[in-house]
Amino acid sequence: MSKKLALQDIILTLQQFWSKQGCMLMQSYDTEKGAGTMSPYTFLRAIGPEPWNAAYVEPSRRPADGRYGENPNRLYQHHQFQVIMKPSPSNIQELYLDSLRALGLDPKEHDIRFVEDNWENPSMGCAGVGWEVWLDGMEITQFTYFQQVGGLEVRPVAAEVTYGLERLSSYIQDVNSVFELEWADGVKYGDIFSEPEYEHSKYSFEKSNQEMLFNFFDTYEEEAKKQIKNGLVHPAYDYILKCSHTFNLLDARGAVSVTERAGYLARIRNMAKDVAKAFVAERKKLGFPLIKDEKLRQSLLKEDK
Amino acid sequence: MTHTFLLEIGLEEIPAHVVTPSAQQLTERVSSFLKEQRLSFEHIETFSTPRRLAVKVLNLADQQADIEEEAKGPARKIAQDAEGNWSKAAIGFSRGQGMTPDDIFFKELKGVEYAYVNKFIAGKKAIEILSGVKNAITAMVFPTMMRWGSNDFKFVRPLKWIIALLDNEVVPFSILDVKSSNVTKGHRFLGNDVTIKNADEYPKALVSEYVIADSQERKNLIVQQIKDLAAKNDWKIIVDDDLLEEVNNLVEYPTVFAGSFDRKYLEIPDEVLITSMKDHQRFFYVQDENGKLLPNFVSVRNGVKDHIDTVIAGNEKVLTARLEDAAFFFHEDQKNSIADYVERLKKVMFHDKIGTTFEKMERVQLLSAILADYLGFDEESKSNLKRAAQIYKFDLVTGMVGEFSELQGVMGEKYALIMGEKPEVATAIKEHYMPISAEGELPQTTVGALLAVADKLDSIAAFFAAGMIPTGSNDPYALRRQAAGIARIVMDQNWSLSAVQLFNVVEKNAAANPELYRKISPADTEAEVTTFIVERIKKMLEVQHYNFDVIETVTAKTTNGFKEMLEAARVLKVHSNDKDFKDTVEATTRVLRLAKKADLAADVQLKPELFENDAEKVFADRVAEMEEKNFNNVEEIFQVLRGMRVVINNYFDETMVMAKDADIRNNRLYQLSLYASFAYKLGDLTKLNVK
Repeated sequence: MSKKLALQDIILTLQQFWSKQGCMLMQSYDTEKGAGTMSPYTFLRAIGPEPWNAAYVEPSRRPADGRYGENPNRLYQHHQFQVIMKPSPSNIQELYLDSLRALGLDPKEHDIRFVEDNWENPSMGCAGVGWEVWLDGMEITQFTYFQQVGGLEVRPVAAEVTYGLERLSSYIQDVNSVFELEWADGVKYGDIFSEPEYEHSKYSFEKSNQEMLFNFFDTYEEEAKKQIKNGLVHPAYDYILKCSHTFNLLDARGAVSVTERAGYLARIRNMAKDVAKAFVAERKKLGFPLIKDEKLRQSLLKEDK
Repeated sequence: MTHTFLLEIGLEEIPAHVVTPSAQQLTERVSSFLKEQRLSFEHIETFSTPRRLAVKVLNLADQQADIEEEAKGPARKIAQDAEGNWSKAAIGFSRGQGMTPDDIFFKELKGVEYAYVNKFIAGKKAIEILSGVKNAITAMVFPTMMRWGSNDFKFVRPLKWIIALLDNEVVPFSILDVKSSNVTKGHRFLGNDVTIKNADEYPKALVSEYVIADSQERKNLIVQQIKDLAAKNDWKIIVDDDLLEEVNNLVEYPTVFAGSFDRKYLEIPDEVLITSMKDHQRFFYVQDENGKLLPNFVSVRNGVKDHIDTVIAGNEKVLTARLEDAAFFFHEDQKNSIADYVERLKKVMFHDKIGTTFEKMERVQLLSAILADYLGFDEESKSNLKRAAQIYKFDLVTGMVGEFSELQGVMGEKYALIMGEKPEVATAIKEHYMPISAEGELPQTTVGALLAVADKLDSIAAFFAAGMIPTGSNDPYALRRQAAGIARIVMDQNWSLSAVQLFNVVEKNAAANPELYRKISPADTEAEVTTFIVERIKKMLEVQHYNFDVIETVTAKTTNGFKEMLEAARVLKVHSNDKDFKDTVEATTRVLRLAKKADLAADVQLKPELFENDAEKVFADRVAEMEEKNFNNVEEIFQVLRGMRVVINNYFDETMVMAKDADIRNNRLYQLSLYASFAYKLGDLTKLNVK
């Protein structure tokens, strides 16, 4: 590593790399969410028979992980670089390793391991099999073959590669605190994010209006259910995301007890399952347009009629 | 001439804990395949790394064993007409066996003559058979299976390559789009593809490509390097077998290295440091000769020594970040007092249908006090117990346990000591979580043991009262484990306690302190709770291989102590071969069966004036004696029953229990039920099978 890549150079390198592998470069989705997986570009597109190859940066909000900008590694909002490829290419691991090489990380100079980590997001009815990737003992990537999303079997299987951009960048730039990261030439991560980190932590842990949030949750849930019934998948999904984020805010505030927690997660999961089914139904109505193999497309359209 | 057969399947990284069992599974499946196929062999060697499972079959026969056997056809009268001409059936039979009617001979079977031919199947060449080994691979099962790409096939991880090589010849087959070949892959980053020219070259041919395929050899290399490192530095490196196994299955070519962390982090409790190193980073930790933790760690890289400094620096950085967090919590946590934490527990829900964790502690404090009285604890133990029960969950709201949840209880003990609690109190805080698993360690101190029992009892009673009863595999609050824990602790402490007694304590507590049970009412759950706890005793007895009827017998009465149930099972087993055992049991069960028919008023008393014969009097006298002596030892009780069998038999010879006169009948039934309640201390003998 001669010149250290700025965080935005890391993003650019990954975008360039994955676009060459046939991924569409999508943009961050504009509704709050806890992980890149929850973007409709992954959650919805992973479901159903249509192929889908995409890459994007996703700012991910986890209110309970906020530390007022004081912890060198914990953040209210971090950034994920998300790659989703369906069907999973047979050389996906090699592609991933090549992406590290593109970032100047030669695996021969490090210790890179694929350590079992089967990912689950019960609140979204998601389960997958895969690894966390360790770079010299640091987890830099979550690597998952989706088996189930929104309670539906994922067929064909989608491979998801999620880079933790702050961690990866801390390693590449050799800094001990994410706030020391260079985002762009001369601008530090802390210059941009210290203040929002502090404010969001303060808000999430101390100042949020719990009553309002509880009401929001109920309202969002009602709207999501209504729109699922109307077959308006994307608006419905936006409200499910809002439910999820609202719940996370309440959870960070300690306003939700252990069981209530299970109850809220079940409510989100039920909506996620419904919207997943609705999405496949809507895509089918459209004739699964992303399937370019006409014979396959026709045969899938005929299925279970 | 014999052969060597090599089968290697290449996979994306297999979970470390699955590698060894999977290699064994492959060996077993290949071995049974070869046996089914009548292909003899001398021995199978097993190889495994995170990316490959392989077997090498040595001295494999050149071909299958031949089959020589008689094949039976139709009866003679069907096979031939009166003139001896072959029927269609006979011709068809012989053709079906690949022969002609000329090959047929007749043999008698149970008085009927049948057509037979001598069948001979020449064994096929191994090379023709071996592609069938494909099924040994596709039939493999794993704890977690996955699909990939557009396939429906499930396996542990995506399949990348297959070597199937008989000496130097590829055995052709394919699974999905992977064709068998003689090419394998070297180390992911250091090695190249290797063509295995002859099966014998395996696994040596892989070494130059940085793969040690023999897992034991790999493990030995790790152990040796660790020893060298320990000797060089005067260290004691703690090599935990499970960790070694895991680490061994994370690497194909191990290089051991050591890193260090700042000495200042040693102020953090050892348990926290060890959890960070061992569980989070898969490091081995290091002690000096006196067992004191040193600021060093040992890890294993998947590769060679090149650029090892980069690897060490990276690992040190990760560990330091973790320890920095831990140190932060350790300091922050000490800024508050135990009272502060206990106060916070008032806001922490144990369960919203049950109440707060603080309320739970209040209930447990009272429950444990009642139990301590009953068990005759001394004053000092009682006061330690009281203090422990007041605070025992306080560490749940500390930052450290928030971060390292696996250290609940452990940090409770540490912080309690730091904050000036007595060692007995601190230990009880740690011990109340025990046992953590089915076979897990039990509390060593009586105070810890009682707190553990009371805490678990409260959880079970509370969840049952709130209607959250485990069903099938659904036991989210691990209530079964807690019930088993109660039983194990009670037995280990040699306390005489039954499920009903425990429940009664809860009920009494609930009646006296309704505000602590504001959301739940345990009153109507006695049968469910006590059966639930006793169910665990049944499981324990099953594990000890007692017969089903013995288990049902000794656990039938939830009023009997756990210890006594186990003892009863043992007594029944020990005496089951005594020559009067059957008589004893039968005499007793006669009484029990009739006693079960008794439907008596609560205030009923025995009326000797209603006796009609001497046998009744004798029986009554003996029962009165027994009640006076108040036997509790199970063996003694059994001996009493044994001694009573003549008395009972006489009684039934002389006495017609179900007399027409209601007063006489009820008096007799009452008499029998008195005896029954004594006999029930052994369980319900009507459930026992005697031959």
